[in-house]
Amino acid sequence: MSTKLSNAQIAWRAAQDIEDGAYVNLGIGFPEMVAKFQPPGRQAIFHTENGVLNFGEAPPEGEEDWDLINAGKKAITLKPGAAFFHHADSFAMVRGGHLDVAILGAYEVAENGDLANWSTGPKGVPAVGGAMDLVHGAKRVAVITDHVTKDGRPKLLKACTLPLTGIGCVTRVYTSLAVIDIENARFVLREKLPGMSVDELQSVTGAELVLPDTIGDLVAPEL
Amino acid sequence: MDKTVPDFATALAGIEDGMSLMVGGFGGSGAPIELIHALIDRFKATGSPKGLTLINNNAGNGRVGLAAMIDAGMVAKMICSFPRSADPRAFTEKYLAGEIGLEIVPQGTLAERIRAGGAGIPAFYTPASYGTDVAEGKPVAEFDGKHYVQERWLKADAALIKAELADRLGNLTYRKAARNFSPLMAAAAKLTIVQASRIVEPGEIDPEIVVTPGIFVTRIIEIADAKQEEALMREGVAYS
Repeated sequence: MSTKLSNAQIAWRAAQDIEDGAYVNLGIGFPEMVAKFQPPGRQAIFHTENGVLNFGEAPPEGEEDWDLINAGKKAITLKPGAAFFHHADSFAMVRGGHLDVAILGAYEVAENGDLANWSTGPKGVPAVGGAMDLVHGAKRVAVITDHVTKDGRPKLLKACTLPLTGIGCVTRVYTSLAVIDIENARFVLREKLPGMSVDELQSVTGAELVLPDTIGDLVAPEL
Repeated sequence: MDKTVPDFATALAGIEDGMSLMVGGFGGSGAPIELIHALIDRFKATGSPKGLTLINNNAGNGRVGLAAMIDAGMVAKMICSFPRSADPRAFTEKYLAGEIGLEIVPQGTLAERIRAGGAGIPAFYTPASYGTDVAEGKPVAEFDGKHYVQERWLKADAALIKAELADRLGNLTYRKAARNFSPLMAAAAKLTIVQASRIVEPGEIDPEIVVTPGIFVTRIIEIADAKQEEALMREGVAYS
């Protein structure tokens, strides 16, 4: 068994918590994978910031219609019952509390729910997109991320060091090692890889993990 | 009343140096490529308009559309949410060289500022950006126990819009996801210039499906086989 979940497996785990009929926004890139792993019998309705509800998979290559794209500028298709709307309506859905779940990537998450996912500092060209809106309004704001950075530093911290996207906004974090809820400004461990001890997990986490009576096994299929 | 015009010169008249210009589209979807390129042609021929403030979600891609406008040296400042793209070279080079200004605005805030501009609402409060660097210097207020940031309306001297159908009174429909910011921008600009794939007579668009009512539109030009920015990009087209 591998020592951590792949990105696809993290996305799979996040998809298991999306209810049938939920309205869901998936961030650009890695979070887009969540759509592929909806459990059988459940159908979420996906929202994209540029003004489409109920879009489906990418069309076959060569059949793209570039007027029909998602927020990542990728070609999409429509499911029956799709709708188009302008940008102000789109963000009314976002900020107005109409989305059930938003799933975003992260550079850092703090134990109080602060999220940093838009800027790695003053160098380069800043770009925020819809992230600062998305972290407000969705009933659940979840993050999917590797548990540590590429060079092994914790991404779950006491306090974020990078510029913030939003404060106190994240409610659950799905990582390559664990599922963690943010409750009362603390990281509460819900699931961890079965082969990993709590001490090992704590050693790669930048803030104290609260341990409830029951901690589930984080197990995902090979994908 | 007939808002249609016969040529680009008439369509783009009144866009002058230093103006603010909203341009519809999200990436290539809804980008009014022909109007943008006609404005570049005018700049190449006459040296004007330059020193423009451009308002769009992005800051151009590749070497066509807004990117070509930036390359040509017509743009002093971008107001946008996401100045990155598959090929953001045009904006990135000028930005890192300090030759172009940038006001970064969260995407929903950008949309709502434009909506407010068109709706006569000078300011509003939004939860987006509270507690972040983007909110620095902006008034904050608490409503029902939660903090919000005050944002101002955004208006422009002119807007360039791509529509699907237009009637001669300026009623518009859009194609698929191409409407994005355009209905908001059409209302927020003093001079709203539309390129439509087809112009029809009043009464030929069912009032039930009009997205932008003609009151928000100043001029319309028909561009029957409008190019798609993404398609031009993929063909490797460089407009100059």
